[in-house]
Amino acid sequence: MEMFAHLADGFATSLSPLNILIVVLGVTAGLFIGAMPGLGSVNGVAIVLPLTFVVPPSSAIILLAAIYYGAMYGGAISSILLGIPGASTAVATTFDGRPMAQQGKAGLALIAAAVASFVGGTISVILFTLFAAPLADIALKFGPAEEFALVLMAFTTFVGLGGDDILKTIVMICLGLVLSTVGLDLISGQPRLIFFDQPGFYSGISFLVLAIGVYGIGEVLYTIETSKTAPAVTPAKITLKELGLGLREMNKLWKTMTMGSVLGFFVGMLPAAGATPAALMSYGIAKSTSKTGRTFGKGNIEGVVAPETANNAASTGSLLPMLTLGIPGSPTTALLLGGMVMWGLVPGPMLFIEQPDFVWGLISSLYTANFAAVAINIALIPLFVWALRMPFTVLCALVLVLCIVGGYAPSQKMHDVWLIAGFGVGGYLMRKADYPMAPLVLALVLGPLMEKSFRQTLIAERGDVFAFIERPLSGTFMALALLFFLLPLINYLVKGAKRKIAPAE
Amino acid sequence: MNNTFTRRVALAVAASAALISATTTSALAQDWKPIKPIEMVIMAGQGGGADRLARLFQSMIQRENLSNMPILPVNKGGGSGAEALRYLKDKEGDAYVLMATLNSYYTTPLRTDIGVDIAEFTPIARMAVDTFVLWVSEDSGITNLDEYVAAVKAAGKDWKMGGTGTGAEDSLVTAMLEKEFGLEMTYVPFEGGGEVAKSLIGGHIDSTVNNPSEQMGFYNAGKAIPIAAFTPERVAAFPETPTMIELGHDLVYAMQRSFVAPKDMPPEAVAYYTEMFTKLNALPDWQKYTVDEALEADFLTGDDLQAYFLEERAKHEALLKAMDEQAS
Repeated sequence: MEMFAHLADGFATSLSPLNILIVVLGVTAGLFIGAMPGLGSVNGVAIVLPLTFVVPPSSAIILLAAIYYGAMYGGAISSILLGIPGASTAVATTFDGRPMAQQGKAGLALIAAAVASFVGGTISVILFTLFAAPLADIALKFGPAEEFALVLMAFTTFVGLGGDDILKTIVMICLGLVLSTVGLDLISGQPRLIFFDQPGFYSGISFLVLAIGVYGIGEVLYTIETSKTAPAVTPAKITLKELGLGLREMNKLWKTMTMGSVLGFFVGMLPAAGATPAALMSYGIAKSTSKTGRTFGKGNIEGVVAPETANNAASTGSLLPMLTLGIPGSPTTALLLGGMVMWGLVPGPMLFIEQPDFVWGLISSLYTANFAAVAINIALIPLFVWALRMPFTVLCALVLVLCIVGGYAPSQKMHDVWLIAGFGVGGYLMRKADYPMAPLVLALVLGPLMEKSFRQTLIAERGDVFAFIERPLSGTFMALALLFFLLPLINYLVKGAKRKIAPAE
Repeated sequence: MNNTFTRRVALAVAASAALISATTTSALAQDWKPIKPIEMVIMAGQGGGADRLARLFQSMIQRENLSNMPILPVNKGGGSGAEALRYLKDKEGDAYVLMATLNSYYTTPLRTDIGVDIAEFTPIARMAVDTFVLWVSEDSGITNLDEYVAAVKAAGKDWKMGGTGTGAEDSLVTAMLEKEFGLEMTYVPFEGGGEVAKSLIGGHIDSTVNNPSEQMGFYNAGKAIPIAAFTPERVAAFPETPTMIELGHDLVYAMQRSFVAPKDMPPEAVAYYTEMFTKLNALPDWQKYTVDEALEADFLTGDDLQAYFLEERAKHEALLKAMDEQAS
């Protein structure tokens, strides 16, 4: 087939000594950039972009893609070890990764994250290779109505959770939605909810600020209270035996990984969505479909695997509309797009025809970058775990510093640092009252997208709400959303019926 | 005696100190260089015309080493650029923020209550004037203006025109079209021109007035059809596409692509950035790009640029007023 001939040519490019070196360097740099709270793949790519003029375009894009990929792997590291999301895409990884670390299973969680990232990355690259052209057409079919239905589905996976208190979940979703409306209205441009006339609120509340506050600071406060001076984290050890054990554990989770990869890839492909919503949705779906759904949020390995497969798969997915349509699916791909324009390439429907060397060089490099990233990541796990051996008194201060730096770095406004402090205290109090934090973060991430797509649909359809169910794609999502919403109720009824039958026997 | 001596010494010291400080400040002014990365705020979402152009400038500046510090583009497209305008206002006196503008630079502060007066900002350079073209998708089967007008008339309010932001350029051009042809359509706002382009091809909207660079990829693939241009002359990239004027309709509208800085940016920094963009304007690569992407490179700086901004703002105020009257 022609495609495999192209791919073989691509490998000839990406396996040249220079490009292998570039992949290894890029992945390592990305890993550390991703692990630093506040720095994500966007920053990494932006900083390196000017350096790419010294190498040919195909090597340049390979370097940028390797950093992008490495950062996706790296984001999980601080989420798991410190409970602070290393990048926005790794927010969902803290939900279960952090409890695992506290139970002394940091090594296992890190292995799970690395392997899941690898699986997600690889499955999505295969999907990309085989179906790039037809998938681009699906991306085009996604209008505002479909976007809204998809986001609604993500919400229902969180509402319809088995274990948590459904009422408290809904309260947290509502709170998150209110916070997501702060700032300038996307459609009319009018300011909304500018508390105390603080200009900082004009740009809205960044969900990274919220996540760092409730998870980072809230966590530290909670740990100080519960543990006093005793170490909060059981020091984790990492041996080859444990690595083997981890891999065997992963083997059982192929269903979750396949779901996360495919979902992540599709969500990532949609312009305006990207890896963060993909990871959250994958977490929600894994939680409501898993047999062990009740232990999600308490250190379930599936809760690490689901978002980590999805965010890596989404990072590949978001390359698809960029290459085929010239429309970036995430902030980082917008930068890559800028890079391509300056190397004299025109992204869009003609790129695959006019520049096959470039496109297939990039695709093949995604395979090599995945291998490099998983190998380097696993090799460095002992180093990361070693960081947890620090005395709690030192670690606690370090986490606080990282929270403040991570909150200040993206916007460079003290406003955000004060917000983090506020969310930290608020998050701590809510955790004491047993309110779940994940739905709050989810609502803030997806809220703006949901509002925008809802209003765009209503404007376009002139107020006809049935537009959401009349269109085949969005109708399907709406039906799934309803199912996810009712699933816990059905479960409850089925169990109730069984209980009734049991005593009669 | 002793007293006068000390006084004289003191005077001399003071004078020489003043001299030294004077020479050092002027030397500083000439040699002012950024010592940290420069933020380039983009008033629009990703993938649109403003975004692509800003990122192109960023890459050219870095490739040609026109700035010794990296330039970091940041999209703040929310609320037709209100987010970016507000951000720039809060950066008063900052030497490390530039903003890439489009016409919503005038319209957004006029339309919304965000407390921004663009006369306060520091003009840096106008790089180009961009053109507007009326587009439909290939699937619509429409090939000329008469067919277009007939189709919109038949569809009425069911005809969806997509554009970036309410009250921004695209909606002004839409209002001009509606008025000229007695049409009524539904205007659907999006965050960036890239999203608009995709929505047109995906069939979620029926037409757009995107800038050529936003639609170029789909045009080359034969999926987007240009109907007419809102330019005085035919656009070089689309020699087959008539202008509205040729077709007997006096509809002309253009978009400025400029850079501005916060209020009270230090003058030495203003001088540095002005020189940077002057050099950029002279690059052959940039001149070639303007031809390829149907832009007009029309370089302007300093007070002339500020005068141009204020004149355009007055024009847009009148346009918006007419649009509101039409709507009510």
